[in-house]
Amino acid sequence: MPYVVERKPLTLSERLYFPQILAGMRVTLRHLFAKNVTMEYPEQRPAIPAGYRGVPTLVMDPNGREKCVSCQLCEFVCPPKAIRITPGEIPADQPDHAHVEKGPKTFDIDMLRCIYCGLCQEVCPEEAIFLQNQYSMTGYTRAEMVNDKAKLYELGGTLPDAHFKWDKKKTAAEHGNAH
Amino acid sequence: MNAVVNLWEGLHPLVQMLIKGLCVIGVLFPIGGACSLVERKVSAAMQGRPGPNRAMPFWFAWVPILGPALQRLGVFHLMADGLKMFLKEDPLPGHVNKVYFLLAPVLGMIPALTTVTVVPFGAYLDAAGHLVPLGLANLDVGILAVFAVSSLGVYSLIIAGWSSNSKYPFLGGVRASAQLISYELSMTLSVLPVFLWINAPGGEGTLSLFKVVQAQSGSWHGFNLASAHGLWGIIYLPVSALVFLVALFAETNRLPFDMAEGEADLVGGFHTEYGSMKWGLFFVAEYSNMMIGSGVFILLFLGGWNPLPWVPLADLAHWLHLGHQPILLGALSIVIFLGKVLAFIFLFMLVRWTVPRFRYDQVMKLGWQKLLPLAIGNLLFYALLIAWLQPKL
Repeated sequence: MPYVVERKPLTLSERLYFPQILAGMRVTLRHLFAKNVTMEYPEQRPAIPAGYRGVPTLVMDPNGREKCVSCQLCEFVCPPKAIRITPGEIPADQPDHAHVEKGPKTFDIDMLRCIYCGLCQEVCPEEAIFLQNQYSMTGYTRAEMVNDKAKLYELGGTLPDAHFKWDKKKTAAEHGNAH
Repeated sequence: MNAVVNLWEGLHPLVQMLIKGLCVIGVLFPIGGACSLVERKVSAAMQGRPGPNRAMPFWFAWVPILGPALQRLGVFHLMADGLKMFLKEDPLPGHVNKVYFLLAPVLGMIPALTTVTVVPFGAYLDAAGHLVPLGLANLDVGILAVFAVSSLGVYSLIIAGWSSNSKYPFLGGVRASAQLISYELSMTLSVLPVFLWINAPGGEGTLSLFKVVQAQSGSWHGFNLASAHGLWGIIYLPVSALVFLVALFAETNRLPFDMAEGEADLVGGFHTEYGSMKWGLFFVAEYSNMMIGSGVFILLFLGGWNPLPWVPLADLAHWLHLGHQPILLGALSIVIFLGKVLAFIFLFMLVRWTVPRFRYDQVMKLGWQKLLPLAIGNLLFYALLIAWLQPKL
C-alpha cells in the first residue's frame, strides 16, 4: 500500500537559507582538513579482495605439471569467444608427465575480447584456469593483447592443489584402482 | 633608498604611471594564475583527493627537497597549462561571426583590467602624517567608475555567445546577460548605504573608495558613538554586505550562479566555441573580476588595509615606528590588503563546493524577488537611521 511521506514545513532557519549555507560551509571546511580518500595509483596499489576476477590465467599443479587437459569446455562456454585452444598429446617419453592425460598444444586468450566474466574458471573440471589478481592489462598492438600459453602459465604460476590428480592416477595405475 | 626615491621623482609622470601600471599587472596576473592552481588544489582537498601533483620538468627532480615539494604542490601543472594555452592550435570555427568572435575575449579583459586602476590597494603616511592611498588613480568617483566599467564586462559574454552562432553559446550568452543585469541593480543599491554613512549632510560629498576605508579607520574611544567609526562596514551594514556578497557571486559568474557556463546543461555556455588562449582570456578575466570584486568588497565592508577593527593602519604604523618609512608601511598595507583578498577568494572556493547550483528560474527569483526588495528596504532603513543618527555622531 502506498503511503504518504509527510513533508515538514521548512523551519525559519531553513527558509532564511543562510544558516544552512553556513552549516554546509562548516562541513566543507571539515573535509578540507580530512584525510584523502583516494590512492595515488601507480605508487600505491589497492589491496585485491579475495575472489577478485582479474586476468584469466592457467595454473600448474605443485609438481610443475600443467593441469589443463584441453577439454575445451572453457572455449565453448566463453561468451565473447576469447579463448582458442588447440588440443595436443603429451609425449610418452617424459617420465614425470607419465600420467598426465592430455595437454593443450596452444592456448590463446584474446584479452581484447575477454569480458572477465569468470565462466571459464567456473566451468573448468580440472581447476586449471583461474581469474587471478592482475587487473591492469596493457599493450601497444592487438597481437600484444593476446595471451598465449607461455604467458598464461607465467601469469598463473602455481596454486595450492587439493586433488593431485596426476599423482592419484599414478598410484591407481601402480596399485590397482582403489575406487 | 633615497637615491631610488629621487630617481623615481625625476621621472616623467607618464613614465611613472606606466611603471606603476605594469607593476600592478605584474602582481595581478601571477596571483590570478596562482588562484587557478589554488582553486584546483583546494577543490581537491575539499573532495578528499590530493589534486595535481605529477607534472615536473625531468631536470627539476634533481633539485633536492624543493623539486619534489613543488611537484607535490602542482606548480608545474600551472606552467604547463599556461604554456599549453599559448602553444596549442587556435581554432576559428567556420560558422562564427569572425569580428565579434575575436573581439569578445578582448572585451572581457578590458573592463577586468581597467577597474584595477581605481581600486586603492594600500596606503602610507606622508611627511605631514596624512594617510595617502596607494593606487593607480585615486578617483573621487571611485565606486561609480568601478560599477560603470565592470558592468561593460557583460558585453563580452553576450557578444561571445551571440557571435558563436550555435545554440549552447547563444543560450549561455542570453543567460549571462539576464543574470548580470538583474544582479547589477541589487549590487548598486546595496552600496548606497555605505556612502550615505560616510557622507555627512552639508559636508563635501564623495564616492571615493579611499574615503570609505578612512571612515572605517577610527580608534577605540570607549563605549560611545565615536567608536563606531572604528568598526568595519560588515558590522554596521550587515544586510548591505550580504546583498553585495551574493550579487558579487552572481556578477563574477561563480558557483552557485554559474548559469552562463553551466557545463551540465550548456556544454561550456558562452565559451563553448573558444579554444586555446582566447578561452584563456575569458578565464583570466573571470579571475581578475573575482579579485577586483573581492577587493571592492574588502574596501567597502572589511576595512580595506586596516588590520583589525579599531586598529587602523596609522595606529599600527605608530606602534611599529613605521610612520616615517612610507615604503615599508605601503608594503605592509598591501600585504594586509592582499591577505584579505586571498582569504576572500578562499571563501569563493568554499562556497563553490558547498552550495549546489541554482536553477535558472531560481536565480531570477532570488535576484528580483528577494535581493532587490531587500536592498531597497535596506537603503530606506539606513537612510532613516542615518538621518536620525548623524547629528549625534
